[in-house]
Amino acid sequence: MAPVLRIDAVTKRFGAVVAVDDVSIDIGANECVALLGASGCGKTTLLRIMAGLEQPDSGRVFIGDDDVTAAPPYARPVNMMFQSYALFPHMTVHENVAFGLKQDGIKGAELTVRADEALKAVELGDLGARKPHQLSGGQRQRVALARCIAKRPRVLLLDEPMAALDKHLRERTQLELLALRKRLGISFVVVTHDQGEAMAMADRVAVMENGRILQLAPPRDLYERPANIQVARFFGDINVWNGVARSDGAVEIAHLGITVAVDGKHVPGESVAVALRPERIAVAPVGGPGLRGRIEDLVYLGSGTTYFVRTPLGGVVRVLAPNTGTPFAHGESVTLTWPAAALMVLAP
Amino acid sequence: MKPARSVLIAGLIFLYLPLLVVLIYSFNASRLVTVWTGFSTTWYGELFADRQILAAAGNSLIVAVLSASLATVIGTSAGLAFARFGSFRGRALLTGAMAAPLVLPEVIAGISLLLLFVALEQTFDWMPGRGLTTLVIAHASFTMSYVAVIVQARLSGTDRDLEEAAADLGAKPFTVFRAITLPMLRPALVSGWLLAFILSLDDLVISSFVAGPQSTTLPMVVFSSIRLGVSPKINALATILIVITLAALAAAAWIGLSRQKRRALQP
Amino acid sequence: MTSAVRRRFVLAIPWLWVTLVLFAPLLLVLKISFATAQISVPPYSEFFARTDGVIVGIQATLANYALMFSDALYVKAYLGSVKIAAISTVIALLLGYPMAYAIARARPERRGLLLVLVMLPFWTSFLVRIYAWQTLLRPTGLINSALETLGLIDAPLRMLNTPGAVCLGIVYAYLPFMVLPLYARLEKLDPALLEAAADLGAKPWRAFLSVTLPLSLPGVLAGCLLVFIPAVGEYVIPELMGGPDTLMIGKILWTEFFNNRDWPLASAVTVILLIVLVAPIMLFQAVQARASRSP
Repeated sequence: MAPVLRIDAVTKRFGAVVAVDDVSIDIGANECVALLGASGCGKTTLLRIMAGLEQPDSGRVFIGDDDVTAAPPYARPVNMMFQSYALFPHMTVHENVAFGLKQDGIKGAELTVRADEALKAVELGDLGARKPHQLSGGQRQRVALARCIAKRPRVLLLDEPMAALDKHLRERTQLELLALRKRLGISFVVVTHDQGEAMAMADRVAVMENGRILQLAPPRDLYERPANIQVARFFGDINVWNGVARSDGAVEIAHLGITVAVDGKHVPGESVAVALRPERIAVAPVGGPGLRGRIEDLVYLGSGTTYFVRTPLGGVVRVLAPNTGTPFAHGESVTLTWPAAALMVLAP
Repeated sequence: MKPARSVLIAGLIFLYLPLLVVLIYSFNASRLVTVWTGFSTTWYGELFADRQILAAAGNSLIVAVLSASLATVIGTSAGLAFARFGSFRGRALLTGAMAAPLVLPEVIAGISLLLLFVALEQTFDWMPGRGLTTLVIAHASFTMSYVAVIVQARLSGTDRDLEEAAADLGAKPFTVFRAITLPMLRPALVSGWLLAFILSLDDLVISSFVAGPQSTTLPMVVFSSIRLGVSPKINALATILIVITLAALAAAAWIGLSRQKRRALQP
Repeated sequence: MTSAVRRRFVLAIPWLWVTLVLFAPLLLVLKISFATAQISVPPYSEFFARTDGVIVGIQATLANYALMFSDALYVKAYLGSVKIAAISTVIALLLGYPMAYAIARARPERRGLLLVLVMLPFWTSFLVRIYAWQTLLRPTGLINSALETLGLIDAPLRMLNTPGAVCLGIVYAYLPFMVLPLYARLEKLDPALLEAAADLGAKPWRAFLSVTLPLSLPGVLAGCLLVFIPAVGEYVIPELMGGPDTLMIGKILWTEFFNNRDWPLASAVTVILLIVLVAPIMLFQAVQARASRSP
């Protein structure tokens, strides 16, 4: 199926800073894509280029089959929910929602009906007469959302939609946004710095750094098959071991004194980064095959405990074990094991 | 800190005592300014019978209204450019030129503007003899700086989001300006216009240079009568001016306060 | 209309305006400062010498400038203006700083009212305020009669028409311009900084010197320039409150222009005054530009 929104080799500079560096991305119909990264990675600039609020220095932007690279923001069938919500303080909630419709030349009864519809969709049907400053933070966010969806855009752009909300409101709002998307059948592009939010909401996540997309993949793939160390580190704690490939294809990790079998062909002598999530490692009392070590430090986390295990050759392995059996104590000797499939090979 | 508060109180007394004295003595029956002989409103009566003062007051009002309006248009466009256009060629020079009248001694502004008007008269036979128009231009030449400062302060900040949101929702640039920017600017335009109005009403030095013989303003009349010797009429006039200003400011403050109260409802 | 055209249109208004009412007039002042006064309309010689309407040369003279450097009156007046303006600025700072500080430290709901109280006199007529001091200070004025009634003095003190009276008038008229930028800085100061200084062992006075004062310096600078620059060229205050011995350049300029009708000399006085003030004005613009960049 043809993408709804297509970014093709877009670059944007601000003075000497390259905010977006040769980025290409397709947003499919009815898809939710998250742009994830630390502040300054270029995710918001990319979103503003989609909205037409910034002009790319090179590259093209398509909506459906139309090249909209040069189109001003008011002529694009996409709408943006601003991080600040940008509700017009001098207009009522209803006037805010009707504003975008009026610009499309919608008048009279239809205008009222469609604005009411949008407000009902976000469950604010009876607050239309209020001014933005008379609303709570969560209600304001809904008004901003209603104002966008009233226009029935092809793509809804959301800039840090949860940033101004309390923690307990966020989870509920995430679910509501997803339900709304299904009901309306429009594509979402969400900018966020919170990997949990990205994984919860998006079909695909684009991890960005220094204006480039490091990896664009579904959440599960990003966690289980990260393309490189930066992406792997972005999604939680991870052990990264540098090893050297042997002639039989296995990788020798010198500082742990072990050799592991991994996927993929490696030239003998090539250096290979192997990664292993802490929760995939099982920890047991000494005995049986496995990597031996002594518990050097531990952090109790409630549902589990993080152990830092020092191996005889001096390396430290991070392990996350559920708090189901007898807990291990400081200084206790243990054996670590993991399934071979849990090992990941990262690009250097 | 206690000492700072004492200085504040002393400073406020310093600022208000002279005004209070003028106010009280405007109701003095005696012709001598310093001897209190009884309550009287004679001087107010004399003031309102003085045709010269009334004509000058009329001139001042006309000039103040026109120059404040002109200053608002120019100051607003400069404020808009500074707050919204980012860097443009000559920005530093324009910033300097717009800010200069805030500090430029009045005698410099006065003499230079007069020479301009004389040159225009010589070259194009424009405004021969000078009059209210030259006063309007001269007053707007410095009051527009205050308007620009106020407008720019109001526009800088997060309000940019609102304009972008309007564009994103399909509003063309002119609609954005009319429906979003202008309403947002309204308080700045009102206070900028008021400030320009008061400054114009109060100006003596620049007016003395550029006014024509038929366009004497109120401060010019007050100044010459102060120089000639004190007349209790001036006390009465001063009191009226103080009361008018206080009333206008009280109204503005009342409007501002009720707006603040509404804002305070925000969580 | 494209956005570039719109921008150009909005920018054209202030550019045309400052060219007309600031740049062109100042250039005219410069041009006429090289002319000779004569009885004509306008009362100065032409810059270009013409024969039958054809320009055959320029007739510029440096005589006006030469006079200013040879006649001690002018040099004294410039120095006197700078001195009186500087003294007034320091007094206004010493009075205005504690006032701004006290307002910034007042309860938030009171700050607005206090600020309005400080600004209010500025909104009332300038002439009325100067005139009010005249009635207080004159030999038969309120202060003298009060002191005489109390028996503290035998003869009226000479207060009006002295340099001190001029300083007082300047401080009185310009005090709000000192307080306002100071308050703007002091109000933004995070009280946690002073708490941290106290927590680290600084006594209140030390904390003030090492935290509050340095952080408020931009406000001090802005306030001082807003008082000093216009005060150097002040005319009305020395005219109404200063005596014949109080030489200030604004008064000289006025006299040359209106009483002697020597426009070229007045122009030359203006040019030199601008040169005297160019450094403080540039400094003020730098402060303004920085303030406008960081909201």
